[in-house]
Amino acid sequence: MATTEDAAHGAAEAAAGVFPPFDSSTFASQLFWLVLTFGITYYVISKIAGPRISGILEDRHDRIASDLAEAERLKRETDEAMSNYEQALADARSRAQAVAAETRDKLTAETTAKREASEADLNSKLAEAETRIADIKAQALSQVDSIAAEAAEAILGKLAPTAPKAAAVTKAISDISKSS
Amino acid sequence: MANDPIKQFEISTIVPIEIANLDLSFTNSSLFMVATTAAVSAFLVLSTKGRGLVPGRWQAAAEMSYEFVAGMLRDAAGTQGMRFFPLVFSLFMFILFANMFGMFPYFFTVTSHIIVTFALAMLVIGTVVIYGFMKHGLGFLKLFVPEGVPGYLVPLVVVIEVISFLSRPLSLSVRLFANMLAGHITLKVFAGFVVSLSGLGFVGIVGSILPLIMTVAITALEFLVAFLQAYVFAVLTCMYLNDALHPSH
Repeated sequence: MATTEDAAHGAAEAAAGVFPPFDSSTFASQLFWLVLTFGITYYVISKIAGPRISGILEDRHDRIASDLAEAERLKRETDEAMSNYEQALADARSRAQAVAAETRDKLTAETTAKREASEADLNSKLAEAETRIADIKAQALSQVDSIAAEAAEAILGKLAPTAPKAAAVTKAISDISKSS
Repeated sequence: MANDPIKQFEISTIVPIEIANLDLSFTNSSLFMVATTAAVSAFLVLSTKGRGLVPGRWQAAAEMSYEFVAGMLRDAAGTQGMRFFPLVFSLFMFILFANMFGMFPYFFTVTSHIIVTFALAMLVIGTVVIYGFMKHGLGFLKLFVPEGVPGYLVPLVVVIEVISFLSRPLSLSVRLFANMLAGHITLKVFAGFVVSLSGLGFVGIVGSILPLIMTVAITALEFLVAFLQAYVFAVLTCMYLNDALHPSH
């Protein structure tokens, strides 16, 4: 195997007899090229591709994490706004209720006052009327005696020849009305 | 002989190179190693060029392979193991692409040669041994003495552990090599049946349907094996690296 051509020829000849994977004459070449090519593969992966892919994955991971944090923040803000709104709603409702209650109380008070005033008025009028009735009744009763006396006098004047004295009739009448 | 199933593994020189009496010729094997490296690099570098926050199809594929290997390594060796990530990722991608290139008709399968798989296995074991001694000193030897073993059993267990450790590079390399080799031979044999049977006239053509179906099925299986063996190699690498990081298990 002085020249490379011979070497190659020899390898081919050997390969014809020997099972190719066990043909040791090709080992040196295979090892040499394996070291070279695998070395380049290793270099490319460890210096270029590996760091680049891990960088890409890390960037994506960071981006997703930050996006999730942003979403979380927005959700918190929304919740806050929501609770503020509900608080305002509850405040407004309770204020409305307070106003309604106040109005109702005021109206009730006014109505009550008016009713009481008119009741008092009516009562006083009633009392007045009652006193007037009592007066009239007393007056009437006092006049009943005189009317009765006059009537008795007239009747007696017609019946008796001598007219009784008015004073005696009146006395008799009042006696009767007292006993009755 | 066109049907020789071994012929596909032959190495043919493309550009003869000889340095210091060593035959370092650029062969078909070298060509596919270069193609593998070029494809892996192009895939990982070009697809991530845009550094898109929302990945495109290619970038998603590159990220997926990255995270696949990263998850594998983290599960097996913990976060400390991530220092070996470029090694594991390179191994996985290199073997996967080499295996997949082998699935093309007329293409050479780099990983069907024991010297290549053995070299990769030795790279792993070498890394484990060197890093193990660097980090733990002689404490790395605790790897061979499992805790909680009764005293009288220790010598026996140590012998077994040492043998199992020494057989690792062998099993690692032979597993990949044998899978690729056997798969491609099977494929070639069944495909050869189709050709030779169909040369026998009508009966032969009818008879060749069965091996044709087998060939299609085995092709699908071989794609699975191509991925699976790259995965197995990477997983075992992760587990061995875990030994270097935590020798006392």
